[in-house]
Parts: sequence; C-alpha cells; structure tokens
Amino acid sequence: MDRLPRWADVVLVPVISLLLAAIISALVLLAIGQSPVEAFNVMVEGALGSAYGWGYTLYYTTSFIFTGLAVTVAFHAGLFNIGGEGQAQLGALGVALVCLSLDWPHWTLALAAATVGAAVFGAAWAALPAYLQAKRGSHIVITTIMFNYIAAALLVYLLVDVLRPTGQMDPASARFPEGAHLPALNEIPLVNLIFTKPVPANVTLIIALGMAVVVWAILWRTRLGYQIRAFGKSESAARYAGINPVFIIMVAMLMSGGLAGMMSVNNVMGEAERLLQNSSEGAGFIGIAVALMGRNHPLGVVLAALLFGFLYQGGAELGLWTSIPIEMRIVVQGLVILFTGALDVMVRMLLTRIFGLFRSQKLGAA
Amino acid sequence: MEYATLLQLLDSTLRLATPLLLACLAGLFSERSGIFDIGLEGKMLAAAMASGAVAFLTGSVWLGLLAGIGASLIFALIHGVASITFRGNQLISGVALNFLASGITVLVAQRMFGQGGRTPPLSGDARFNPVTLPFAEALKEVPILGPLYFEVISGHSLLVYVAIAMVPLSWWVLNRTRFGLRLRAVGENPAAVDTAGVSVVGMRFAAVAITGVLCGLAGAYMATALQAGFGREMTAGRGYIALAALIFAKWRPVAALWACLLFGFFQALALRPDVVQAVVQVKVPVPFLDALPYILTVIVLAGFIGKAIPPRAGGEPYVKER
Repeated sequence: MDRLPRWADVVLVPVISLLLAAIISALVLLAIGQSPVEAFNVMVEGALGSAYGWGYTLYYTTSFIFTGLAVTVAFHAGLFNIGGEGQAQLGALGVALVCLSLDWPHWTLALAAATVGAAVFGAAWAALPAYLQAKRGSHIVITTIMFNYIAAALLVYLLVDVLRPTGQMDPASARFPEGAHLPALNEIPLVNLIFTKPVPANVTLIIALGMAVVVWAILWRTRLGYQIRAFGKSESAARYAGINPVFIIMVAMLMSGGLAGMMSVNNVMGEAERLLQNSSEGAGFIGIAVALMGRNHPLGVVLAALLFGFLYQGGAELGLWTSIPIEMRIVVQGLVILFTGALDVMVRMLLTRIFGLFRSQKLGAA
Repeated sequence: MEYATLLQLLDSTLRLATPLLLACLAGLFSERSGIFDIGLEGKMLAAAMASGAVAFLTGSVWLGLLAGIGASLIFALIHGVASITFRGNQLISGVALNFLASGITVLVAQRMFGQGGRTPPLSGDARFNPVTLPFAEALKEVPILGPLYFEVISGHSLLVYVAIAMVPLSWWVLNRTRFGLRLRAVGENPAAVDTAGVSVVGMRFAAVAITGVLCGLAGAYMATALQAGFGREMTAGRGYIALAALIFAKWRPVAALWACLLFGFFQALALRPDVVQAVVQVKVPVPFLDALPYILTVIVLAGFIGKAIPPRAGGEPYVKER
C-alpha cells in the first residue's frame, strides 16, 4: 500500500475523522427530530459567542489539557491509561487535603502546594497498576479500569464518613479557606477587561499550557523522553538497547497519573472550592478522546482540548436552551473516539486510495 | 445470621449474578476468539433500552427481548467492523462504543417517551415474571432443603435459568465442537487456522455476534426482569464487573459461573449492610463492599491466586500476509 504524504497523515486524517463524527452526530440529531444546524448555532453562540461562554469553554479546556496529556504520555510508552478518571479523583483528594491543612496566606503558595499534592496523589493511584504491569504483566487497561471503581468507592467512603464536617448533610468536604481561592479570569487585572462576568476559568489554565510545553520538552528533548518513545515503538528493541522496561513503565505511568491528578486543581480548587463526589465528572475519560484527536502531540492535545471544551460548554447550552438532552455530548465524544481511535485505518485506506487516483492520473498525463 | 436471611441473600445473589453471568459468557466468546471487548457495558445498556422500549410499546416481553438482542448485535457488529475488518484498536473501539451507548440510549428514550431518558414502567406480559418450579409449593415444608428450593432456586424469571443453562452449553460448544475448537484456535494462533483453510475473519465475526446475542440477553434481563423498565446508566458498571469475572475465571465457562455468583453475592451484601455488620461484628463501609469485586480482580491480575493468562492472540488484529 502506498504511504500517505506526511501532511495528509498529520492534518487530513484527524480532520476527516472529525468530519465523519460530525456527520453521524448530525444524522443522530435528525433521527431524534432535531435540527443539526440550529443545534450547531446554539453551541457556537453559547460556547464561543461571548466572553462569558469562553470563560466556561476555557474552564473545560483546562481540565481536558491535563487529562489529554496524561493519556498522551502513557500512549508514547505503549500503555493505554484508562484510569485518568480515578487518578483525577485521587488528585482531587490531594488538592482538598492540602487546601484544608492550613489557613493559606496567599493563593500562590496554596496553588503550588495543591498542584504538588494533586500530582503526588494522582501518581500514587497510577503506581500500583504500573507496578503490576511492569513486574507481573497484569494488563494495565483492566487494572486501571478497576482502580477507577475503587477510587470512586474510596471517595464515597471518605466524603460520607471522614471528610464531611459534622452537621452537614451532603457528602462533601468543608469549604476551603479564603486563602486557597484561585483568581478566576474575571479577577485578574487586564484580563478582567475581557471577562467582565464571573467565569469558572481560572489561573490553572496557565499551568495546563505550561505542562503541555513541559511534556513536549520531556518527550522530544530529553534522554528519558527518547527512551519512553523508543519503548513504546518496540519493547524488544528498547530492551536490546539497554532501556530498563520496569523503569520506563513506572516513570511514564507516574507522569501520566500525576498529570491526570493535576486536573483537579482546576475544578476542585478553582471552581467548587470544596471536594465533592465525582468531582472529575468524566474528564478523565475525555482525555482519551483528546489524546487521540490531538494525535498524541502536546500541541494537538491543546487544540483538541479546546475543541472538547467547546463541545462540553456547547452541549450544556443545548441542554439549557433546546430539547436536545445534554447526553448528546457523550454521543459526540464516543463518535470522535471511534473514528479517530478505532476506525483511523479506514480513513487512512480511503485517503490512500484517493491519493493513488491522483497519482495515476498524473502519471497518465505525463 | 438466621437461615431466612441467608436464603434472602442467596436469592438476590442469583438475581444479581444473572446479568453478570450472561455478559461474562458474552465476553468469553469474543475474547477466546482474540477480540478484546471492553464494550460489554455499552451493549448491555443498548439492549436494556431497546427491550424496555419495545416491550412497553408492544406489550410483549418476547418482542422486547428480540429488540434488545438486535440493538446489542448492532453494537457488536460495529465493534467487529472496527476491530476485525479495519484492524483498529479493540480497546479504544470498546471504550468508544460504551460512550456511544451511554449517550444514545438516553437520547432515544427521551425522544420516544419524554420521561427524562427512561422508558415507562413495564407490567404484566411486558416483563419476564417469576417462574415457580415444579413441586416448589409442595416441598416448601421440607426442613432446610424445602425453603432453599422454594426461596432460592425457584421463583426467578426465565432468563435466570437460561443464563445458568448457558454455562454447560458454552462449555460444550467451546470444548466439544469443531466450531469451538476453531474459535479457540483463532484466539491463540490465527495463522495456523488460516493455513488450515478456515476464515479467521469469519470465525471472529461469528464470535463477536455470539457476544452480541448474550449481551442482548443480559441487557433485556436488566430492563424486563430485574427491573421494570430502562433507566439511564442502569447497567451501572456491570459490564466491567463481568469483565473482571471473566479474568477471575481465567476465560473458562464453569469458573465464570462461580466468579459471577461470587461477585453477585458481593452485590447482594452491599444491599444489606445490616447483615454484614451483624455477622462480622464490625461496621463495614458499604463502599468497601461495592469495591470488593474490583479489588479481588486486581489481586487475581497480580497473579496471587493462580495466573490469569489471556488468549495469546487477544487484542491483535490478524494480517493475512506481510
């Protein structure tokens, strides 16, 4: 089979996959008697039509950058980390414990400590599945799925029986102290000229973008990154070149879990300001779609996270203003994962055939 | 613990183990043929919605069952096309289909009935009602065994007995028929099967279709027997517990029965924390009981209770020539 030109593989394949997902989504909307055009307009208007809408879109984007990067790092080591959801929930626990531990004098200190706490807890939750994969060959996909459920159960227990202040009815931690409040975009000088109304997007966005650069630098500019990618491409070749598989699996998964955990700085510290049940709300799973869509490159992940941020905020607007259920966004999410992750070969075959046609025409003309 | 309480627990164990068992056997056929399927959850959910909706509209649980199997088969077919025909990533395809099912079931149910994404409650012939086994009433007075037979074994819906009958049937198909031999071979060494002139693609599609039918039964049981109608996310992770049971059972049908009964027993216990507390004399948090199947699976995966070795060609698409 002919190979596709590089630009087509990098740009055209994801764009066409996305287009296919969009077409099927439109058909789904038609099938339930809704207008896809109207739905799209509501989504664009609600998510991108105002600074207020952008404030929500960027809030979701921040979370998705973290979880997308988490899946990306593991993917490069040939590992499919489905446990971002559980790692994010443990990260949320880390954030809450740090924020509640003392009366923070300034948010910058609280942010630094909470970020470390989130990363450590998230990484710790990834450590056991990583160890079992590295040492005992237990399939990481299954163990991380199991750890998602164990994490959910653990948090239910902690919130109901341990962290819940006496006298409070709902299963949640106490409210974080004032000093742990992160400035939202409408509270930052100059930026608040654009964001005039209170929005959930906050300074964590900057950390997310910073982590994208860090992940890029580690993967493509360090010896460790080279080892991770070599291991992901061919385990036997990497082993032969003297790369320690146990070390690579552990490091990649700890980084992945840490990144997934860090997303909780955004939603727990930046938005809810207390620990709630199911705080990550599925963002850990969206990381899979974001990483696939972004072709496992940090720049692609940031763009894909923005796309999914738009999808999430737009989907919420659909639930508010139309009779289309909010679950529409889960359908789109599933379709994007299906087309970019599982049917990518189909898209590539299709494109190769089209390119082949052009090529033979050129040969014929010459 | 009183005998009556124990019987109640065992009774709900059997009820709760049934969807796990059907889904577990479903996964068994797929994975034995070399196709990983983490989309059991989605197929069950789709089947539950379709069966709940059709059973309500037609008033016939049998038509509902057929619709459930149909919906599950569609999802199985998409998984087959993605992972067999186009050699896509089987794990990612499964994840995608789970999301698709989770969203689309609510969308369709909301469109059809407008009740917040659930189907209207079923009653009468639109449900699988309890079947009283022969002599259950007459033997009820026999000490110990009588109540056991009456309470635990008799009085379930037909699908419970179908699920249990599927265990020896699956064993026989896998281990005593030509089809079963080929199916297992395709999961271990597809190239050898190909050399023998048997279509790897055909075998794998057959296995995926069986998975579709069994998941259809599991989903229909959820909506028309265990509960009276479909509710959003009603499978609540059972597809993943079934997957856990499958590993626990090391991909064998009879062991799958015991694994599912064990996990069903945990689910039954989680519904009765008072009983657990009375027996162990310590307050056991309900979330811990919920998490037990998953914790056990991790322990099994870690290789502390025998080693779980998956089919050798599992997860790898078969390429005929290189």
